[in-house]
Amino acid sequence: MTNIPETGRSPRVQIRLVVIQVLVVSLLGTLGGRLWYLQIREGDQYAKEASGNHVQQVVQPAVRGSILDARGVALADNETRLVVSASRTDLLKMKDDGKAVLTKLAGVLGMTPKDVMQKVRLCDSETPQPCWNGSPYQPIPITDEATPKQALQIRERAEDFPGITAEPQALRRYPSPGKANTAQVLGYLSPVTDEEIQQAQDTSSPYLRSDMVGRSGLERQYDKQLRGKAGVTRYEVDNLGRVIGKAEDDPARPGANLVTSIDSRVQRIAEYELNEAMKAARKEHDRNTNRNYEADSGAVVVMEAKTGRVVAMASNPTYDPNAWVGGISAKDYAALTGKKSNYPLLNRAIQGQSAPGSIFKVIPTAAAINAGYSFEGPYNCSSSYSIGGQVFKNFESQNHGAISLGRALEVSCDTVFYALSHQEWKRDGGNKPKKNAHDWFYKTAHQFGLGQETGIDLPNEVTGRVPDRQWKLDYWKANKDVWCKTGKKDGSYAERIAYENCLEGNRLRAGDSVNYSIGQGDTLVTPIQMATIYAAISNGGTLYDPTVGKAVISPDGKTVTEFEPRSHGKLPMTKKTLGQIDAALEGVATRGTAAWRFGGWPQDKIPMHAKTGTAEVYGKQTTSWFATYTEDYSIVMTISQGGTGSGASGPAVRNIYNALYGVSEDGEIDKKKALLPTPQKDLPQVRTDGTINAPKVSKDPAKDRATPSPDARATAPQDGQDDPAGGQQAGTVPSPEAGNRDTRRRERRRGGGPRHGDGGTRRRARARRAGSGARRADS
Amino acid sequence: MTGGVNSFQVSGYGPERAGWTRVFARDSLARRLDWPILLSAIALSLLGSLLVYSATRNRTELNQGDPYYFLVRHWLNTGIGLALMVGAIWLGHRALRTAVPLLYGVSVLLILLVLTPLGSTINGAHSWIKLPGGFSLQPSEFVKITIILGMAMLLAARVDAGDRPHPDHRTVLQALGLAVVPMLIVMLMPDLGSVMVMVVIVLGVLLASGASNRWIFGLMSAGAIGAVTVWQLGILDEYQINRFAAFANPELDPAGVGYNTNQARIAIGSGGLTGSGLFHGSQTTGQFVPEQQTDFVFTVAGEELGFVGGALIIGLLGVILWRACRIARDTTDLYGTIVAAGIVAWFAFQTFENIGMTLGIMPVTGLPLPFVSYGGSSMFAVWLAVGLLQSIRVQRPMSA
Repeated sequence: MTNIPETGRSPRVQIRLVVIQVLVVSLLGTLGGRLWYLQIREGDQYAKEASGNHVQQVVQPAVRGSILDARGVALADNETRLVVSASRTDLLKMKDDGKAVLTKLAGVLGMTPKDVMQKVRLCDSETPQPCWNGSPYQPIPITDEATPKQALQIRERAEDFPGITAEPQALRRYPSPGKANTAQVLGYLSPVTDEEIQQAQDTSSPYLRSDMVGRSGLERQYDKQLRGKAGVTRYEVDNLGRVIGKAEDDPARPGANLVTSIDSRVQRIAEYELNEAMKAARKEHDRNTNRNYEADSGAVVVMEAKTGRVVAMASNPTYDPNAWVGGISAKDYAALTGKKSNYPLLNRAIQGQSAPGSIFKVIPTAAAINAGYSFEGPYNCSSSYSIGGQVFKNFESQNHGAISLGRALEVSCDTVFYALSHQEWKRDGGNKPKKNAHDWFYKTAHQFGLGQETGIDLPNEVTGRVPDRQWKLDYWKANKDVWCKTGKKDGSYAERIAYENCLEGNRLRAGDSVNYSIGQGDTLVTPIQMATIYAAISNGGTLYDPTVGKAVISPDGKTVTEFEPRSHGKLPMTKKTLGQIDAALEGVATRGTAAWRFGGWPQDKIPMHAKTGTAEVYGKQTTSWFATYTEDYSIVMTISQGGTGSGASGPAVRNIYNALYGVSEDGEIDKKKALLPTPQKDLPQVRTDGTINAPKVSKDPAKDRATPSPDARATAPQDGQDDPAGGQQAGTVPSPEAGNRDTRRRERRRGGGPRHGDGGTRRRARARRAGSGARRADS
Repeated sequence: MTGGVNSFQVSGYGPERAGWTRVFARDSLARRLDWPILLSAIALSLLGSLLVYSATRNRTELNQGDPYYFLVRHWLNTGIGLALMVGAIWLGHRALRTAVPLLYGVSVLLILLVLTPLGSTINGAHSWIKLPGGFSLQPSEFVKITIILGMAMLLAARVDAGDRPHPDHRTVLQALGLAVVPMLIVMLMPDLGSVMVMVVIVLGVLLASGASNRWIFGLMSAGAIGAVTVWQLGILDEYQINRFAAFANPELDPAGVGYNTNQARIAIGSGGLTGSGLFHGSQTTGQFVPEQQTDFVFTVAGEELGFVGGALIIGLLGVILWRACRIARDTTDLYGTIVAAGIVAWFAFQTFENIGMTLGIMPVTGLPLPFVSYGGSSMFAVWLAVGLLQSIRVQRPMSA
């Protein structure tokens, strides 16, 4: 086109045509530039926006895995219930915020409109239960007990009930097989909160809005495994929300089943016996306080001695875990958490701590050997031990003369341990402690695992306390200001204590070491710690991490992950010492403080070992402790304000052993009646279709055994040793003494009567007949 | 195209030898046609048919259950368009010159007809005449051509006759009067987009005609003042103002025009370099962009063919515009120059406006993308224009 034909046109037109051409090119260039900007530079962002545009997620919640007992009996599973829920988002779109719809719904469900409205309001600091604690975008369940008729009414008149759905849903169920409630061990679920969703957003297991989350117990500990993975189907939708294709299909993976070492039958018996023991204790008169024992709470742990697996764990008071399913009612919530509730949600086996009393004595025994003292002694079990004018008396001021440490355990002689501990205290420098003090008695307690969690697979375990020098110092630093302010030299008891603490509370005093040596003073332990220790004595010295979870089995039964027993240490003693202590504890069961509770026990076939403990708590009644073990099991029971160790807890523990081994009252072993003569080894079988091969559990294993009441079984004590009978209770609340604190063992007890009040008059009478006189049951 | 070929053409074929022989004779007309324009237009039409198909195959409420409904009709429209082009070449733009008063009269009559109850409203604009058989006619598309032809006829008459070097004021006034009448009618529909195109056409035509600079700048300032006045007096409907404002800020009207703008931008933006592949665009499949087979057809290309496809469309239109500019510059008579320049102004602005609104740099108006958008009237009009361009090119040496 080079030869432009000659035209008569003016240059003006030619120039303007060029201008047009330039304009055209620049317009097209603009388009191209903008296109590049949108597609190449900002393309990623728009691609993201586009995918958010046309993808809708449909979530199928995963069915939560079951919690099984050692034989496969479900302790927690799911059931299908008709759930009526309301969508807050839909209700708020209505002119009256959905009040009319909710009122209509209340009519159908037979509830009051107020109840329904309360269920759908959101919880905040000023809104009391009932209220919705979950995400406001999630349908809020109004009832999970709708009848099919009600559900049908709602569904058929969908236009009358906008925002309301009635659908079958899988809900958690705690079936309590054979009445084994297991509440605190299982825990409970509640809806996931917004914060949790955000926190878990980028983790490997993010939450969904509809998720329920384990809040305590096994449900919390094994939440990840039990929860499974919700299915998410991503549909591509068009601008009207119509599905035009499936973008991604991630099917729901049901949660895995958790097999526990709990045996539901033993669990039931443990719960039953604990409750019966507490009921019995409440009928007993406490001569110290001149009223019946309160027995306000208690716990029992049944543990496999060779693995640390928990066969039963009961805590009292207890509650019905089903109260949480489908949202908890205001009444139930108050009953579980209110000030008057006595906190049934607490698992006192791992969260209850108190002074152990004499079941602690195995620790100073081992400590003394480690400090260089001989086991044989002999040591003088005098009626009292005095330090600088301060007199610490033996229990009931008994005098056993020169005895070995083993015998000191059997008769629970306090003065032997007072002396040893005091001696060590002096060797460590007394009031002017050496820099490298041995602190054998405290060090050994730490080595036994006290003052720290056992590591049980349950959340919020407490540590207990070893009142060593460091603790004393820390505690003094934290409290000295208050003490020094309130303390008066000549004031009331509390004021004098405060005065004294202000002056020298930072130091470990002689009295502290004396009180500590018999598990009093500031010492605190949990039942699970003591069960672990006594299991270790049984198994040759290994401190196993207590476990409730035994294995995780995939929903199809194909993948089984078994948790091997793990230990967190060895008892700090030689085989020889262990054997000597073992023999002494057998002596406790056969001729010592616990013997009267094991009358007729087939000791030759099932060697029984025991230690009793009665811990004193300032201002309260005594705490009953009973620690026992056989070759395969260790059982520890405690009852707060329940009386003496063997008196209050003895019959219950014996009954649990009877059930485990099938021992009858007269000591016969009936293997057919034995529930678990050896620990359950095999795991239950989960079939590929997800069903579980589980044995049937009778209605109530506790009632299956024709057992006489605990009192009736309190047979005549052996060797005339053990009955806590006779005499008058002398000391009421003892007068305060310098160096005493809250949980301090009262030293000055005038001789004669046992301070504990257990054992009815009948038993006392029998004891007198047996001539046991002023023998104490335990200390 | 060398000079030699040109001189051969010059000697071989004169305008007097009209007829089929002229069109189909070997080494002649076929060689003299502007093939880049023709091939680009065909390519755009075919590409357009695929994009239209992609946008409509799932829209059952539009395609009456036949996913190929729009594809086939787009082909049909293209075929008719090609025939119209052939007819225009065959007649020649010069021959059409004599028919301009008739064409003008008919087109003005048709747009007047739209305003009567015979017309129907689509998307707020009363711009269509429904015909039997499911067809509808949008006369404003043809008005664009008749304005070009009519103004060119008036403005070039005395210049081409050699009387004057430039059109005089009276002629310019007459030409403006000729354009303003149909523009006012179209404005009443109201079809703002078409009016904007016509304004640009008028400007292009006046520029190419060599009319005095005073006219050009005078008209431009009058247009600016007029636009401000229209805005201030609220002559425009609410939806027109919304459309205008929302292109820059979709949040102003997120459910209305802003939605269009936003979705169009998301569709194009998500395409990236090569797009999601034809028929695989999720925005397109999901029908998130309204009017996607017509005004927003470019978003299909943007999403499914990416930057490559979008640039290809712009490039092909660029080829047509570039060649049309050359035709305007190369032709010997002012009439041909004005017609070609008018067509350039028309195509250029409509392309810029259409693609620009999908890219969010121009306000949203109902204008089709030449050759690509679905729509019979538009297709016929642009192919007629191609015919006119070819005719100008073929007949260029007439004055030599």
